Amino acid sequence: MMAPASDHALEVVNLKKAFGGLTVTQNVSLTVRPGERRLIIGPNGAGKTTLFNQISGDLRPNSGSIRLFGADITYFPPYKRAHCGLARTYQIITLFASDTLEHNVTLGLLGLRKTRWQMWLPLSFYDELATEARKILDAVGLLQLAAYPISEIAYGEKRRVELAMALAQRPRVLLLDEPLAGLSNTERLTVRTLIASIPRETTLIMIEHDMDTALDLADTVTLLDYGRVIVDGERDAVIADPRTREVYLGG
Amino acid sequence: MQFWIIQGLNSLSLGGLLFLLSSGFSLIFGLMRIANLTHGAFFMLGTYFAAIALRSYDGLNIWVTALGAGLTVAAIGGLFERLVLARLRTNPLGQVLVTLGMSFIISDACLMLWGGDSIPVPTPQSLQAPTRLFGFVFPTYRLVLVGCAAGAAILLYALLERTRLGAMIRAGVDDGQMARAVGIPISRLFTQVFCLGAGIAGAGGVLGGPILSAYPGLDADMLPLALIVVILGGIGSLLGAFVGSFIIGFIYTFGTALFPELAYIILFLPMIFVIAFRPQGLFGRVLA
Amino acid sequence: MKWLGAALIAGSLLLPPFLAGDFYINLASQILIASIFALSLNLLVGFGGMTSLGHASYLGVAAYISALLTSKYGLGHGAAALISISGTIAMAAFFGVIALRASGLGFLMITLALSQVLWGLAYRMSNVTNGDNGITGLTRPAPFGISLDNPVSFYWFVLIVAAVAFAMIAIFVSSAFGSSLKGVRDQPRRMAALGFNPWLIRWTTFIYAGFWGGVAGLLYVYYHKYIHPTSLSTTSSAEALLGVIAGGSGTLGGPVAGAALVLLLKNYASAYIERWNMLLGFVFLFIVLVMPRGIVPGVSKLVASLREGLR
Repeated sequence: MMAPASDHALEVVNLKKAFGGLTVTQNVSLTVRPGERRLIIGPNGAGKTTLFNQISGDLRPNSGSIRLFGADITYFPPYKRAHCGLARTYQIITLFASDTLEHNVTLGLLGLRKTRWQMWLPLSFYDELATEARKILDAVGLLQLAAYPISEIAYGEKRRVELAMALAQRPRVLLLDEPLAGLSNTERLTVRTLIASIPRETTLIMIEHDMDTALDLADTVTLLDYGRVIVDGERDAVIADPRTREVYLGG
Repeated sequence: MQFWIIQGLNSLSLGGLLFLLSSGFSLIFGLMRIANLTHGAFFMLGTYFAAIALRSYDGLNIWVTALGAGLTVAAIGGLFERLVLARLRTNPLGQVLVTLGMSFIISDACLMLWGGDSIPVPTPQSLQAPTRLFGFVFPTYRLVLVGCAAGAAILLYALLERTRLGAMIRAGVDDGQMARAVGIPISRLFTQVFCLGAGIAGAGGVLGGPILSAYPGLDADMLPLALIVVILGGIGSLLGAFVGSFIIGFIYTFGTALFPELAYIILFLPMIFVIAFRPQGLFGRVLA
Repeated sequence: MKWLGAALIAGSLLLPPFLAGDFYINLASQILIASIFALSLNLLVGFGGMTSLGHASYLGVAAYISALLTSKYGLGHGAAALISISGTIAMAAFFGVIALRASGLGFLMITLALSQVLWGLAYRMSNVTNGDNGITGLTRPAPFGISLDNPVSFYWFVLIVAAVAFAMIAIFVSSAFGSSLKGVRDQPRRMAALGFNPWLIRWTTFIYAGFWGGVAGLLYVYYHKYIHPTSLSTTSSAEALLGVIAGGSGTLGGPVAGAALVLLLKNYASAYIERWNMLLGFVFLFIVLVMPRGIVPGVSKLVASLREGLR
């Protein structure tokens, strides 16, 4: 009945993380199938970003395990997870402000290539990188800004660049940490369309604080509160579940 | 046997001096996150102060001199903090560089004013006669130094734990942003702590005079020791500075006595180990 | 515009042997040597975001190894240089592992401590290093039998090495690795998420910077024909750091300008002012307070705003 573990894109088992006396992640388990669009929701302080940080390797869990397509990545450093096919975007913008959009995306392309160790040739020598970077910028609708430094573009455009960089890695699993936060309505529409157009080769796991914004992008939903998984399953079932309303309205 | 006893006492007195030197450094680093590379020069200023004052005025009391030097050096430190360091709050690298620059200025000034020869500092008359204890002979002054360090430690402890200033300092060390948020006047506090640290170093320099003598390069000899003590003991921890000072006092004294050529390695090895394996030191919080 | 400026400077580097007397030719050689050293430090400080106060270690170690091998053990310059550089690289690799346990101030203090250990060794192990007397009576190499003992031929030698150094470092900085280094400087977390290994990138850079520091050290000991523990001291590292920061650590030209400035000040000022160290201290204060980003960025900003004004 149960598919073998290596068929799951991401499998988190009994993950626990405590900071001193405060347990932020309490026995969290979830499985995400390849191609799935999973939305993780929960009120502030539910531990969503901490969960992401453990999956991406920025934080070490106290106990539990994380498997990516069957490989145990629980204690892998972040860069190693990237090489296993993991990518993520951050809540705050972590782009290279004084560099151009094209350079930012190029870095996203370099991270997984052997070329990144090249010390004896200028980077501009590799036109295929530049071409691909521009292609990716085109796909997110930012080609016309390719030569501008990040510091000179709008917030919504920066969010799209973040997405472009993550997609440049051609990830198998992509973690999106509040990708729609702080965006105007038009910007939000653009980014949502982008996210919806990501091919199913990439499994998506999104965090959103506000339920309504990302719901129709999701197949399945996991609701977290106080570090615990409260409800987990198909989107419509989770919405209808009385516990969901409890978490957001009362309790 | 006498050799071990003497080295032991030398270790203790060096440890005491190191405490006077490094307690200020630790406070400044802990609160202001500045590695004050001028600290050795502040200490040296005190030693020169003692050398000049005690040789010029025959009956001058060393305690008064220490107080005077402490206040003078504190004033110099305060001016430096107000005029230079305060402008560089957002530039931590710049802060380190200006303290380095200031140390060059002070050390060259000492060279210019008092020449390149080593100036010995006379041991106070009342403490010149050796003490006889348990059948051994001890240089009295060194015993007194250890007492001074202990006294200073108690005073500093009282300051930190029992006064309002101390509470503010501890708050600032624990969480600078929060301290600001609850209304602690951080800027003024920084100046006060810098003065305090510099002043203790200056006073320590006076008290160290009879043992070390005033010479150009004293600052360069003392500063690395302060660094090692604070890294070993832990940033911002008074207890760490106290324990670390005596550990280093012992390592340095016995190391130089037994293996003079390898003195520097023996000294820096613990520091390197600590940074590599326990960056927060024995009692402190994590560096940078 | 930038290329014209660079070409002019490159051209002027060819002039000293034809226009100037021995004193100035020697000064030019010294400036070139200091530039290589500054550029190597800037790999760490400006491009790597790792401020080191112990870079003189690499200059000193390379110099001392070469000096000892040629004077005490009678080795030829070629073999001595090879062993020297290998030793310096090995030391940089070792120091790098220790220093990179920390970052920021911790890194600074470890590099300071490590260089102090070396200085202490050079100073105290007099039976090996001659201690405070330094090692004198050294010779310059004679590549392909050409003597480097006169200022002009030595200058050409240094110029060739410097040109190679500048070119290689310039390419390094604009290469894929260089870009990843700058990326790790700016956003280490992001870089790790993209698949870059921040520690390995920093450590490799640390070793490369040590390598060029060692090359500068060899040129230094060939020039002076003498080596003394002071060259390993914190003051020496501080002067180099001052040059890098004064000139402008974000650029390639900045450290060169800064190194030249510090060297000129040192050579001229010490003739008129006895208190060179005090002057150095004041210059530190001035630069950090008034021109924190350095002279070269300051000047280019000035030029840019003049251009704007003239439009």
